Amino acid sequence: MAVIALALVRVRDLFGVVMLSGIFTLTAASLYVVMDAVDVAFTEAAVGAGISTVLMLETLALTTGQEKVKRRNGLVPFIMVVVTGAVLIYGTLDMPSYGDPGAPIHRHVAPRYIEESGREVGVPNIVTSVLASYRSHDTLGEVTVIFTATVGVLALIGRSRRNRRKKEPQATGGGKDAR
Amino acid sequence: MRGNMILRIAAKMLIPCILLFALYVQFHGDYGPGGGFQAGVIFGSAFILYALIVGIEAARRAVPAVVSRVALALGVLLYAGVGVAGLFLGGRFLNYSVLADVSTAGQHLGITLIEFGVGITVAAAMITVFYVFASEER
Amino acid sequence: MDVFGLYNYWIVVVLMMTGFYVVIAQNNLIKKVVGLNIFQVSVFVFYISMSKVKGGTAPILDPGIEVYGNPLPHVLILTAIVVGVATMALALALVVRIQHTYGTIEEDEIDAQEEET
Repeated sequence: MAVIALALVRVRDLFGVVMLSGIFTLTAASLYVVMDAVDVAFTEAAVGAGISTVLMLETLALTTGQEKVKRRNGLVPFIMVVVTGAVLIYGTLDMPSYGDPGAPIHRHVAPRYIEESGREVGVPNIVTSVLASYRSHDTLGEVTVIFTATVGVLALIGRSRRNRRKKEPQATGGGKDAR
Repeated sequence: MRGNMILRIAAKMLIPCILLFALYVQFHGDYGPGGGFQAGVIFGSAFILYALIVGIEAARRAVPAVVSRVALALGVLLYAGVGVAGLFLGGRFLNYSVLADVSTAGQHLGITLIEFGVGITVAAAMITVFYVFASEER
Repeated sequence: MDVFGLYNYWIVVVLMMTGFYVVIAQNNLIKKVVGLNIFQVSVFVFYISMSKVKGGTAPILDPGIEVYGNPLPHVLILTAIVVGVATMALALALVVRIQHTYGTIEEDEIDAQEEET
């Protein structure tokens, strides 16, 4: 996955970039299956390899196809990235090992969910029961966020399909006419 | 033209299967991986595939833009409605146990309803965003 | 301190830094959005790798299984993925808008046009 990510930095043709990003998310989805997260893998595969790629391709069709070459001073961002990476790696030295069953994350609330979910909710899929029953307020907020983001997209470029694009500069947002 | 034809035939065979699979994932979210979000995304992408094959105008006749926008709001309303129904029946907001006589049956009913609401909203969001992007001209 | 058991965090840090570099160093706006996506995926991998329990399986109740993986990060990440795609749609709509207004999606050209006004 790191190889794909590094290739993404170098490739300049934007179509290739979008395809690589799709492959990247698909590889991430298979990684999730290896880590026993089947629900998440399902969602990531459907969303990342499907919807994301389609949306980016549409944006490409509406803008340009190539990234322009630009010799820019790349040293300062590179140093910043290396320093931040070193600080983060120093921070991870304290963390529990991969797959450790005694890690603190498995101590507080998770045993209660795993043990009581069968009795209280009666649904075999624990992820669904936590998502929809134990933490349903968060899911309500999330659905509202999806709704709001879509309304935002509609407000930004969802204007009239029937009248073709006007050339005046005041045609930016400001009231949705002609549904 | 030949390449186009192969795509059309393959898509015509696949799209009903994808829609059926989306429904399966939606209602089997309790017993296996799945649930509202996955089902909504799969449904949306089946529709996008259809729109890519037959063109945007024919797809607009199948699902008009108004329907997808109304469905967007309807899903959220369904979710909040289940929560408020819990309020009316005596429990707290979004407490499903009071929706039926047996507590676990109430939970099951509540979970199925809100997952359906989530699925509708997510599918409508995908379709609406696709319409908006596809009808824009350069 | 078992250093070898921490390799998953280091991979995540590498991915995260790659995404970070793309966001701050590349000019093209679409590439920035893609870099943000890489960053996002690396954060998800971080959380999911924390939830894995050695010898556990997927958190679906089954009579024959004793040890399950931790379901709580899965719930968080599921939410985060779908919200991420919604905000990415919003970001791409902004990019299209910028293209209409400025005629370009390279960041330095946009800055130059902004400075003229």
